[in-house]
Amino acid sequence: MTTLQESAPTKPLRRPALGVGTIAIVAGLVAAFAVPALADDYWLSSIIIPTVIMGLAGIGLNLLMGYTGLVSIGSAAFMSIGAFSTYNLLLRAPFLPLPVVLILAGLIAAAAGVIFGLPSLRIKGFYLGASTLGAQFFFEWLFTNFSWFSNDSQSLTISAPRLQILDYDLQSATGRYYLVIATTVLLIALAFAIVKSRVGREWMAIRDMDVAASVIGIRVARRKLLSFGISSFFLGIAGALWAFGYLGTSDAHAFNLDKSFQILFIVIIGGVATIFGNFLGAAFIVLTPILLDRLSLVIDLSFLGDQGALANLQHIIFGTIIIVLLIKEPDGLSSLGRRGVEALRSRTRSSG
Amino acid sequence: MSYFLETLVSGLFAGVMYSLVAIGFVLIYKASGVFNFAQGAMLLFAALTFVTLIEKGMPFALAFIVTSLVMVAMAILIEWLVLRPLRNRDPLTLFMATSGLSYVIEGFAQLLMGMDVHMLDLGIPDVAVQVGGIYVSQFDIIASLIALTLVATLAITFNKTRMGISLRAVASDTLAAQSIGIRLPVIWRIVWSVAGIVALVAGLVWGSRQGVQYSLSLVTLKALPVLIIGGFSSIPGAIAGGLLVGATEALADIYIGPLVNGSVSTWFAYILAVGFLQIRPAGLFGDREIERV
Repeated sequence: MTTLQESAPTKPLRRPALGVGTIAIVAGLVAAFAVPALADDYWLSSIIIPTVIMGLAGIGLNLLMGYTGLVSIGSAAFMSIGAFSTYNLLLRAPFLPLPVVLILAGLIAAAAGVIFGLPSLRIKGFYLGASTLGAQFFFEWLFTNFSWFSNDSQSLTISAPRLQILDYDLQSATGRYYLVIATTVLLIALAFAIVKSRVGREWMAIRDMDVAASVIGIRVARRKLLSFGISSFFLGIAGALWAFGYLGTSDAHAFNLDKSFQILFIVIIGGVATIFGNFLGAAFIVLTPILLDRLSLVIDLSFLGDQGALANLQHIIFGTIIIVLLIKEPDGLSSLGRRGVEALRSRTRSSG
Repeated sequence: MSYFLETLVSGLFAGVMYSLVAIGFVLIYKASGVFNFAQGAMLLFAALTFVTLIEKGMPFALAFIVTSLVMVAMAILIEWLVLRPLRNRDPLTLFMATSGLSYVIEGFAQLLMGMDVHMLDLGIPDVAVQVGGIYVSQFDIIASLIALTLVATLAITFNKTRMGISLRAVASDTLAAQSIGIRLPVIWRIVWSVAGIVALVAGLVWGSRQGVQYSLSLVTLKALPVLIIGGFSSIPGAIAGGLLVGATEALADIYIGPLVNGSVSTWFAYILAVGFLQIRPAGLFGDREIERV
C-alpha cells in the first residue's frame, strides 16, 4: 500500500504558535459559523448538514481504515447504535443534557466497536471486511425486531424528543446546523490530536507493517481494539447527528448496507489517511445524486420513459464516476486540493 | 427427528445454492486477487438477459448460448475499461471499483430489461419426493446435480487443460507466470468470462426459485459468509462452506429463531463465520500464509 505513506512524520510536530496554520484555522472557524447567514434553509438542511455529518462519519472510518489499516464494511451499524442510544438516553434519562448524551452514545457505540473488532486480532484484509458485515446485519435486525429500542412505536421509528442545550432550542435548520458544526469541529480537533499523538503514530506503524510494530514494542492487539473503539465513537456520534440533526425521524433501515458503502466511498474518494479529505468525499456523495436530479430536469429525458428508468440511469452515472475517480485520482480528492495549493505556491514564488 | 432431518437436508440444498454463487467469487479472487462485489449484479444481469430472450420466443439452448456470449463480452469490456487502468493498485481500490461496477451493471440490467419480476420455468417440477423416509424437493436435487456438474467441469478444466494450468500459475505467482509468457489480460478476460457463465447458471437456478428480479443481486450477501468459512481462494472450500452455512442457518432459524422474535437468517451466517475465523483464520481450505495476523 504505497499510497498510504504520505502521512509519515516529515514535518516537525510543533509549529510556531502564530503561523499561517493558525490564521487558516481561525478563518475556517469564522467561515463555518457564518454559514447560516449566507445559506438559506434548503441549502442548510439538504446539502450542508448531511455533507458535514457524512464527512464526520468518514473521519470515523478513516481513523480505522486509513490510519490503522483495518477494513470495515459495517460502519453504518455503529452509526445506528449511536442514534438509538441517543434516542433512548434522551427518553429514559431526561435529566441528562444533550452534549453528555451524545458523548455517552458515542461511548456505547465504541464499546460495540471493540467487541466487533475482536476478529481483527486474528484476521485482516477482506476476511475482516466481510466479517464486519456481521455487525451491519446484526444491528439492523436487532433494532427492527426488538421494539424496546424504539420505545415500542408501531412504525419502529425514532425521533428526538428534544434538541436543546441550556434552554436554547436547536430544532430550526440554523440550530441543527450549529449543533452539527460545533460537534464536528470538536471531533476534528480530537481526530487531529489522536493522529498526531503516540497512539496515531503507533496505528500507522501497525498499518505499514504489523510485525515490525510488535517487534518495537507496540501492543498491536490493544491498539487495534482502541482503533475500533475510537472509530466507532466518531461513527456513533455521526449516527446520532444523522438521525436527529438531519433526518429528524429515522429507523434502523436508514443505516443499511448502502450507508456503509457510502462511507467507504467517502474514505476512498476523499483520500485514505486524511482528515479534511473526508468532507470532499462526503460532498461528492451528497451532491452527485442532487446534481443528477437537477440535470434530469434541465435535459429532456422523456425518451427513457418512467421514473424508474431515470433512477437506473443515475445508478449507472454514479457508478461510472466512482470508477473514473478511482482510476484518475489514486490518492483521492484531497490530493487534488494539495496539488492546487502547491501550484499556487510555486507560482507566487516564481513571480515574487 | 424426521423434522430435524428434513430441515437439515433442505438446509444443505440451500447451501449448495450458496456455493454456486460463491464459486464465481472464488474464480476471480484466485486469478486476479480482486474481491468482485459485482458478482451479484452479474448474476442479475445474466438471469435478466436470459429471461428476456426466452420471453422473446428464443429456444432454451440458444438463449443460454447467446447469454453466455453476452457475459463474455461483458468480461472483455470490464477487463478493458476497469481492470486494465487499475492494475497494480491495492486490493481495496479494486474492490471499491467493483462495487461501483455493480451500480453500473445493475443500472444497465434494469434500464434495458425493465424492473418487473419475471417468472422463469426451467421445466423442473418442484414436487416433494420421498427419499429414505424424508421428503426432499425434486427441484433441490436437480439444482444440486447442476451445481455438481458445474464444479466437476471447472475442476477438470483447471487441472487438465493448458488454460487451467496457466490460470493456476497466475494465481500462485503472478510475476513468474508473466515472465514465462502467460499474458495476464487474456487470463483475466477468460476468468471473468467463466465467472459470468457461472453467474448465469446460478442466476437461472436462483431465479427459477424466487423469480428474476432485483433482489437476485442480494444473493451475493449470502455468499460472503460461505467465502469466509471456506476461504476466498478454494473451490472445495466454497462447497464445504456453503453446506455448513446452509445447514446451520436452516437449523438456527427453526430452533433459535422462535426464541429471539423471528428469523435470524440475515446475520446468523456472519456470526457463525466470525466465530469460525477465531478458530481457523484462513478458513477451511484457504491459503494459510496470506492475510493472517
